[in-house]
Amino acid sequence: MSDAGVAIGFWGLGALAVGAALGILVTQNLLHAVLLLILSFIAIAGLFLTLTADFVAVAQVLIYAGAVGVLVLFTVMLTPSSARVNADTVFFGPGFIIGGLIAAGMAVVAFKTPWSIADRGGFTTTVGLIGDALTNRWALPFELASILLIAAMVGAIVLVRSAAPVDNLEADQPVADIPFDQTGEADGRALATAAPRGGEGH
Amino acid sequence: MSVGLEHYLGLSAVLFGIGLWIALAKRNAIIILMGIELMLSSVNLMLLAFSRYIRSETPIAGHIFVIFILTVAAAEASVALALAVSVYRTRGTVDIDQIDLLKS
Amino acid sequence: MILANWWDLRTLANPVNGLLGWLEERFPDWVAYIVSGLIGAAAIGLFLGVAMLLLIWVERRVVARIQIRQGPNRVGPGGILQPVADALKLMQKESLTPRECDRWLFWLAPALLFIPTVLILGVLPFGERMSVADLNVGVLFIIAIGSVMPLVVFSAGWSSSNKYSTLGAMRVMALVISYELPAVIALLSVVILTGSMQLGQIVQWQADHWMISALLLPLPFIIYTISVLAEVGRSPADVTEAESELGAGYLTEYSGMKWGLFYAAELGNALVFGGLIATFFWGGWWLFGAENVIPSWLIFMVKMLAGYWLFVWARGTLPRLRIDQLLQFSWKFLIPLGLIFAVIVATEVVIWEEAGASSWIAIPAMVVVNVLLSVALVVGLVRILGFESVQQPRRAHLTTDIGIVNRTTRPPGAAEPVAAP
Repeated sequence: MSDAGVAIGFWGLGALAVGAALGILVTQNLLHAVLLLILSFIAIAGLFLTLTADFVAVAQVLIYAGAVGVLVLFTVMLTPSSARVNADTVFFGPGFIIGGLIAAGMAVVAFKTPWSIADRGGFTTTVGLIGDALTNRWALPFELASILLIAAMVGAIVLVRSAAPVDNLEADQPVADIPFDQTGEADGRALATAAPRGGEGH
Repeated sequence: MSVGLEHYLGLSAVLFGIGLWIALAKRNAIIILMGIELMLSSVNLMLLAFSRYIRSETPIAGHIFVIFILTVAAAEASVALALAVSVYRTRGTVDIDQIDLLKS
Repeated sequence: MILANWWDLRTLANPVNGLLGWLEERFPDWVAYIVSGLIGAAAIGLFLGVAMLLLIWVERRVVARIQIRQGPNRVGPGGILQPVADALKLMQKESLTPRECDRWLFWLAPALLFIPTVLILGVLPFGERMSVADLNVGVLFIIAIGSVMPLVVFSAGWSSSNKYSTLGAMRVMALVISYELPAVIALLSVVILTGSMQLGQIVQWQADHWMISALLLPLPFIIYTISVLAEVGRSPADVTEAESELGAGYLTEYSGMKWGLFYAAELGNALVFGGLIATFFWGGWWLFGAENVIPSWLIFMVKMLAGYWLFVWARGTLPRLRIDQLLQFSWKFLIPLGLIFAVIVATEVVIWEEAGASSWIAIPAMVVVNVLLSVALVVGLVRILGFESVQQPRRAHLTTDIGIVNRTTRPPGAAEPVAAP
């Protein structure tokens, strides 16, 4: 991989990633912010490619842009347009100072440290190495990651599932009698004593 | 000019700072989550830069770490968004300036 | 064997390499580098442009013949100039922009729609050593592009600020997400069998073992074809632009050349995915030794068109499915089948390596076993899930044959006529 190609890729894609990230701060439209985030992810995937990390770059596009991006889009869809504002808190200025200080600190350390640079030219292909590592040396974290994913899936589904009152209807009970804030009460006992409880809940 | 490890680390620091700024400065819970994801991506960049440039015995370890970060970030994003939807359903808003008391 | 003379046109890599070698002798290195990139880009652009013009005509004529009618036959001999007429008509139409739309996204979406098509064309092996960029992670690259495609369609639908478009956009997201998984699992079987994610290597494996993957892996072939049909959004899975339900789905607010771009992009996507089916399952540019005589890129283009013809055949024949039928089919039927077959293929590959059998015995045995297992799995899963077969009528009857009363429209409240004895 030629030096000039890496340099062009780095500066161009780096500028794109930073520009898209700054755009998230500035834009007022929530949907534009999500699409700028996806653009930033794709630019970062391009930066991974300049580091000869082919598998991780494509995985970044697949997981972040393709899955997490779509997930955030769906969530934006589920909130109505009244909540789709991109307002700032009082920490806009202090946030800039804190973020700037941390970034400056890391950059100073990065440029001052004498790194022991390896003299290999990067990877030619990473897929075989990753597969070998994930099944031999790091097999246990691999299995634990699958358990983590199942736990996250089940947890997310449980969080957004609301017990539909239709499931717990007694015979002949008019639906209008069920108070509206009955979320999460999946057993029939709460509804068995459902005299109209007008004063409860907001 | 050729690009070395310091440039990648500097870019990663800048992205991390912007992600932190977004997470601190915005009111919408979904935007805060986006800032967190940006911070995680910048850390991925830093790990891959180290894996590429630093002398070590298992250079692929950086890539493995990044794959696990991708996995955990995806899981965390899904749960965080489920929380945001559920908060919206009970409180009616995802503005964190208005969700500051445990009792509504 | 392929000779390496520049005039040997059986693979177009030979003239290109000849040109690049000539350039490297006379000019500095970076000239050859840039020229090779430009040749690849120009080739893709030329191919896509010509292919789209041709495909509009092919699609309309073939669908018409399936529906027992003539297609376009007025403009030029056999209607061959119809795409030109279509393009001219669309270019002189007014491109309406809704007042409350999201202006940036509305304008960008038709242009962004070509990016996935072009990216996939870059990885396809058009002939021997003839892919623009033969990535090491080609299969994963294609999957990643397939997962980014719905974002463009969604932004097109959402930016129109029209509730039918938004509905179409949400449907397309649900559909593509549901059908990504069976496609990935089918490709998993292919990667396990051929041992590589590089598309050139997959074709080379089929050439070395003298057998196309469609016979070795019949069930992944069928699963992949169905999944790709749904991902591209063609009938019978075109709920996203269901003309009878949603206006025109996410395309409702687009008129003029922007609509033309959407239509052309859909056809281009269908062609490119047909090319992917040809690469993974039909042997790509290899055809049982015929690529020594016929140019390999001609073989590949014919196979690509055959894959595209499968899609057109499905469109002309099958009725549109509902979104819940489609989602159920994917999650309950295709994914379990794909997973079980992936496990079977992995077992077979391990047995093959352990036993050390030669290809002449192992490949035909695998073909027989896999075909029988595929049929058994499909029939078994259908029985378990309880799908029933739809009774097809044997021949068409006129309604008067069956004894239905001759119903005429009558005003409400009128007396019902007595049936004739």
